[in-house]
Amino acid sequence: MSFPVALRAKTYILVALIVLFGSAGNLLLSRGMKQLGAVQVASPIGLVRLFMGIFTSGWIWMGIGALLLFLGCFMVVLSWADYSYVAPASATVYAVVPLVGHLLFGEKVTPLHWVGVSIICVGVGLVGHTAPSTTRQE
Amino acid sequence: MTIRTAIFLAITVLANTGGEIAVTRAMKDFGEVKNFKLAGLFTLLGRVFRSGWMLLAIGLLAVGFFSLLTLLSWADVSFVIPATALSYVVGGLGAKLLLGERLPPARWAGIVLVSVGVALVCAS
Repeated sequence: MSFPVALRAKTYILVALIVLFGSAGNLLLSRGMKQLGAVQVASPIGLVRLFMGIFTSGWIWMGIGALLLFLGCFMVVLSWADYSYVAPASATVYAVVPLVGHLLFGEKVTPLHWVGVSIICVGVGLVGHTAPSTTRQE
Repeated sequence: MTIRTAIFLAITVLANTGGEIAVTRAMKDFGEVKNFKLAGLFTLLGRVFRSGWMLLAIGLLAVGFFSLLTLLSWADVSFVIPATALSYVVGGLGAKLLLGERLPPARWAGIVLVSVGVALVCAS
């Protein structure tokens, strides 16, 4: 099935924005939750402390903001593109998040982990070469 | 990986995939977005958020979101985020069976590679 160049370009731009906002959102949420410490969900007081901590954290609010922008871009691109295209193509997040997590937050990333991330990126490349929509009516 | 991590990971993957498939149904019912002006986008949001599919999606994504938040409080982001890529395999099947998408071989190959990458990431 042929797919117009303009629509493919529009799809690529929105997928790039999805990757940007998705990566930022997850890194900010992780930063915020790490500051709260390990969650104790065994008692009601633990749950109340968790939610108070979540809703008063600036990092978590910024993470929520980034994820809302992520959701907006995701919704728009799905109005014409396949879910099975957009979701794997957005997996570029897997290259960005461990890299930034490692560089900024000092998280451990093993060599095998990097191999896995590389294979995911090849998979994303394959998906990216298919037509973004298989259900679109001309 | 502990049982607690596995349970929260499964809830996150299933809820997020189900939610995203419901979002796709809502957006496909609305039709291709062509007006990228702010007013047009707010009109879109107003219409889409009255859709039953969207309400279902919000419920499922909320479950997935809080499950992910809880998971991130004890597990590294560089493990959690790659591990949630399991949703690509579930999502590929869901897209074919529930959304009628015709996945070409290259797309399936890409999804399989992503899942192999995830297996390596989880083992490391």
